[in-house]
This record gives sequence, structure tokens and C-alpha cells, in this order.
Amino acid sequence: MVQHSHDYHIDIPGTTVFDGRMAMKGYPLNKMCYDFNRAENREGFRADPEGWMEAYGLREEQRQAIRDNDILGMIEEGGNIYYLAKLAGIFKLSVQDVGGMQTGRTREEFQAFLASQA
Amino acid sequence: MAQILGGITTSHIPAVGNAIDKGLQDDPYWKPFFDGYPKVHAWIKEHKPDYVVNIYNDHGLGFFLDRMPTFAIGAAHEYRNEDEGWGLPELPPFPGAPELSWHIIESMVEDEFDITSCQELAVDHGFVVPMQLFWPGAPNNPDMPRAVPISANTVQHPIPTLKRALDFGKALGKALRSFPEEAKVVILGTGGLSHQLDGARAGFINKEFDQYCLKNIVSNPEELTKISRMELVEKAGAQGTEFLMWMMMRGALGDEVTEITRNYHIPISNTAAGTLLLECAA
Repeated sequence: MVQHSHDYHIDIPGTTVFDGRMAMKGYPLNKMCYDFNRAENREGFRADPEGWMEAYGLREEQRQAIRDNDILGMIEEGGNIYYLAKLAGIFKLSVQDVGGMQTGRTREEFQAFLASQA
Repeated sequence: MAQILGGITTSHIPAVGNAIDKGLQDDPYWKPFFDGYPKVHAWIKEHKPDYVVNIYNDHGLGFFLDRMPTFAIGAAHEYRNEDEGWGLPELPPFPGAPELSWHIIESMVEDEFDITSCQELAVDHGFVVPMQLFWPGAPNNPDMPRAVPISANTVQHPIPTLKRALDFGKALGKALRSFPEEAKVVILGTGGLSHQLDGARAGFINKEFDQYCLKNIVSNPEELTKISRMELVEKAGAQGTEFLMWMMMRGALGDEVTEITRNYHIPISNTAAGTLLLECAA
């Protein structure tokens, strides 16, 4: 594979390095999620998720990942976890719920996995 | 001239803010974490800093990807938090110290660190949780120092190198020691230690690497500058890059420091939580 001169990343399994390329890909998705800092935007999304995603210009792949609650799909589509956490907040999901959703574990299994590393 | 008393590091996990809000300090899950703070409280009570320089990383409240400063310094009269989308309690404003902020900005740009200055800056849990841990009831604590927030980018790569973070701290220390006021300053480095929230590797924690960082940051921080940024992502986890804040804090303290207390506990939320109090040689 051709390496671009600015691409200094190493392959870290299970890890997406959120760089300029990912930031450009995920911009509308992350912008929508950033705006969930404000309660009125969270309410707007809850009332009409499709209309809200349309207004922010999300790509179809990004919309489908949201419809499917597919966190790994959102990340692949350029979502950054710090902004996605605000989307998770709308659904009252904790970071352990989100961790479990990404690793095929229940919340309890994910918590046990964390504790096992002590 | 101002004097740097020392530096304190802590993880700044949002769940800690909720635990404080609900008074869970003696709950079995939380106790091993909160047990790390009484010695810090005693030290603060004894030394009563006038200013706190709070080095943290914004997580998508104060800054978005439209404009992402690598190093930003608040220069406001006060700083407010917000609920960040998950209902964190909104607190009264933290008092700022704009004259100290501008002194730091002048000195650092003179030393060729190109700073983004912020006359308005919403501060997130990265700033707020450490304040609540160190000054219970913050900002409504009678000993609450006036604050200067400094945020470094760890949201979007490229992030600063570990060497740049340590050098930033050295220049910050120089700036503080030249502030023409008889004042005592404490510096916070918040975030970390190892954790990863995203991807198939979510939940990754690395005790061995954390212990290596904890050991070296006290007496040999230069050693840690050999760690590349990708190595930091690999070994500390994607969000463990917050260790850069600890490097910035450490650089400001000078060569000789005394370790007063440390705590390390796995897990709090998804994170290996670390706390360290380093006192500067008088």
C-alpha cells in the first residue's frame, strides 16, 4: 500500500486514529452531536431524528449507523467519541453501555472486563 | 514575584462529578478513589494557593472541530460550565484571573509558543471535576483560588508531542515565576491515565504503562518524551493521550520536586484513575 508522506499512523487494532481525514469525513455527524450540548437541540432530535439529520446534512451511512445504534459504524463514518457521547446521553447510555455495545458485551460484562485489569 | 507551590494531577472522569453531586464518596465502588484526596485537601489548606492554573483538555464543549486550538488559554473574568449533553450540574461561575492570564500569554508567545487566547470559554468536566475534587463545594469554597484554564487538544490528531507538552510546561513555569505579584500558584494537570472509550478496543487499560509513567513523571520526565504519539495511543489507549496534561504540569514545576501523595485505582468508569501531588523545592 502506498504510504502518504503525512500518514505517520501505525496500525493499532480496534483503534481509529481521529485525524484530519476522519474529522473531515465525520464533520456533519460530529457537528450535530456537538450541538447536543444545548437542551433544545436534544429535544429537537428526539422529536424528529430524520429531519434533524437532514438539517445537518449527514451522509446516508451516518444516518443508518444512528438508526441502527451502531457505534462502531458511527466511528467508521468519522464520528468522534467525545461528540458521540452527547448522542448517547440522549438515550441515557453510559460509557459502559457504549463500551459494551462496541465489544459485544452486556454492560455488566464490560464492567467486569474493566475490573479484571486492576 | 509569584511562587509555584506544586502541581496536582487527577483523572477528570465525568462520573466523578455525578458521584460528588450524589454524595457517594463512601460507597464501596468510589471509596478507593476518593481516599486519594484527603492528603491533597490538607496540603491545600496548609498552603492556600492564590491562583490555580488548570491544565485540561476540552472534550467538545468549549471548542469544536470548526476551530481547534492546539493550546488555548482562558483570559476571562469568570468561567462557566454547562451540562455537556448528559445533565451534569450547572455550577456558579469559577472566578478568573485575567491579569495573570495575559501575563502568561505575553510570556509564552515571547518564548515562541503560539497561544489561542479566549475571552469567553465554557469549561467542561475536564476543568470542573478536578476543582470539585480538590476544593470541595467548588466554586463555593472559601479557599477557592482564582483560575486560569489552559486547554490542549487531544480530540483530533495531530496532537502535541510529549516533548512539546513538557516544554510548554517549562515556559509556563517561567511565565508564572515572573508574574510581579507576591502570590502562590498551584498547577493542575488533569485527565488520564490509561483508557479507551471508542472502537473494538474500548475498555483497554494498561496498568504497567501507567506505573511507568507515574514513576518517571516524578523524577525523570525527560525519559517520557521518548514516547511517540502513536505509541502513547497504543499503550495508554486512545483517550489516555490526556497524559499530555500531566507532562505540561510537570514541566512547570522545575527539576526538584517532592512527592507528597499518590493514588492509583482501576477502574473508575472506563478509566485507570491516578492522582499525584508534587511539591516544588522552596
